[in-house]
Amino acid sequence: MSYMKKSPWIMHYDASSCNGCDIEVLACLTPLYDVERFGIINTGNPKHTDIFVVTGGINEQNRAVVKNIYDQIPEPKVVVAVGICATSGGVFRECYNIMGGIDKIIPVDVYVPGCAARPESIIDGIVTALGVLEKKRQLMKEPAGKTDVTGGEKK
Amino acid sequence: MISILNAVLFIILAPLIGGLIAGIDRKITARMQGRMGPPLLQPFYDVAKLFEKENVVVTPSQNYYVLSYIVFIAVSGALFFSGGDLLLVIFAFTLAHIFLVLGAYSTNSPYSFIGAERELIQIIAYEPMIILSAVGMYMVTKSFFVSDIMNSPIPVIVYLPGIFIGFLMVLTIKLRKSPFDLSTSHHAHQEIVKGVTTEFSGSGLGKIEIAHWYENVFLLGFIYLFFAFNPVIALAAIIVTYLIEIFIDNTFSRVKWQYTIKSAWIVAGTLGIVNLAVLYYLSGVMG
Ligand code: SF4
Repeated sequence: MSYMKKSPWIMHYDASSCNGCDIEVLACLTPLYDVERFGIINTGNPKHTDIFVVTGGINEQNRAVVKNIYDQIPEPKVVVAVGICATSGGVFRECYNIMGGIDKIIPVDVYVPGCAARPESIIDGIVTALGVLEKKRQLMKEPAGKTDVTGGEKK
Repeated sequence: MISILNAVLFIILAPLIGGLIAGIDRKITARMQGRMGPPLLQPFYDVAKLFEKENVVVTPSQNYYVLSYIVFIAVSGALFFSGGDLLLVIFAFTLAHIFLVLGAYSTNSPYSFIGAERELIQIIAYEPMIILSAVGMYMVTKSFFVSDIMNSPIPVIVYLPGIFIGFLMVLTIKLRKSPFDLSTSHHAHQEIVKGVTTEFSGSGLGKIEIAHWYENVFLLGFIYLFFAFNPVIALAAIIVTYLIEIFIDNTFSRVKWQYTIKSAWIVAGTLGIVNLAVLYYLSGVMG
């Protein structure tokens, strides 16, 4: 029995988003959507985090910050990219200072499209992330080298 | 006089009761905010999950500090429930928190550093009132031993109303509830990341959480002492007190540390000392 899926703690970071997606992430915490009923808590601390929720396309200024936060999160961890900016850079893709997507800096597990992503799809993305989280936990327990990262048996 | 059985029962049952209280707390808090709230057993899921996570440490010594913290909290609670000396209980309890503070200092992070300093300020704020409570109980029942206070037929609360109100005031600090949740909050968000617990993760954080449950059960047991002459009234008092604490938690915003220390000391200095002075005077009159 694993409790990973029952108590996912989230950390939300705004990597140069227009603030639209951030408002939608916070909307998930309001009484209307109340994600705490799934045990989801928005912690402000990477060391207490299971799911790293990033919005925005990452610019020159915060690429190091995103990397740093990601490195500080204890295993197992998953990354959810919320909004089309976080997925690919969106309308800001061509900007001179935009990296164009979270996956340019850190590995992303779940992409949530939308501009802005609706609270329903954000919650859906988090629930999908729970499955990935559980898989990573099982992989963590197995002896190294038995399975590769994608979960298939090594030849 | 000292009951080993009670001590063992406390060590086994307190985390279960404490976790359940935390679950009820979160449920009621959510309802007060117009939300559904997490399942009742959510605190247990959280701690179970923390033990499944990786324990990232800055320095190995922080693990030993956390271990000392939980051990001393459990020991002080066990001493209390086995009927031991109240003064010893209080100082073992304080020592436990010093270990938490040292653990936070050892990580060298600016956030846990501020959290640790605020934790020390909280200890300074609540300590006089807790000691006054013990002194008041001694003046009424003529014993510092919890077992004697428990079995005394005297309704302690009638003699110590001021001390009781003062104790409720510092209880808010101890339960890490708003407006006095300076060093770390049991709510998710807070202004100095997470205060003393910032640098703890995985099983380390899980142990701190369990220690907090032990602590809460011990503090509610302390309320029992005021009403020990009648167990039914005592249980009702504990429940009402905790509900009031939840209400206060959801009504007030966090205050500055200066205000915390001032208000705690003013309450201890007026209600506590006046209460003791009246008792002293009465005992002189009645011989
Ligand atoms: S996806 Fe749209 S709403 Fe979200 S950060 Fe980008 S531009 Fe803003």
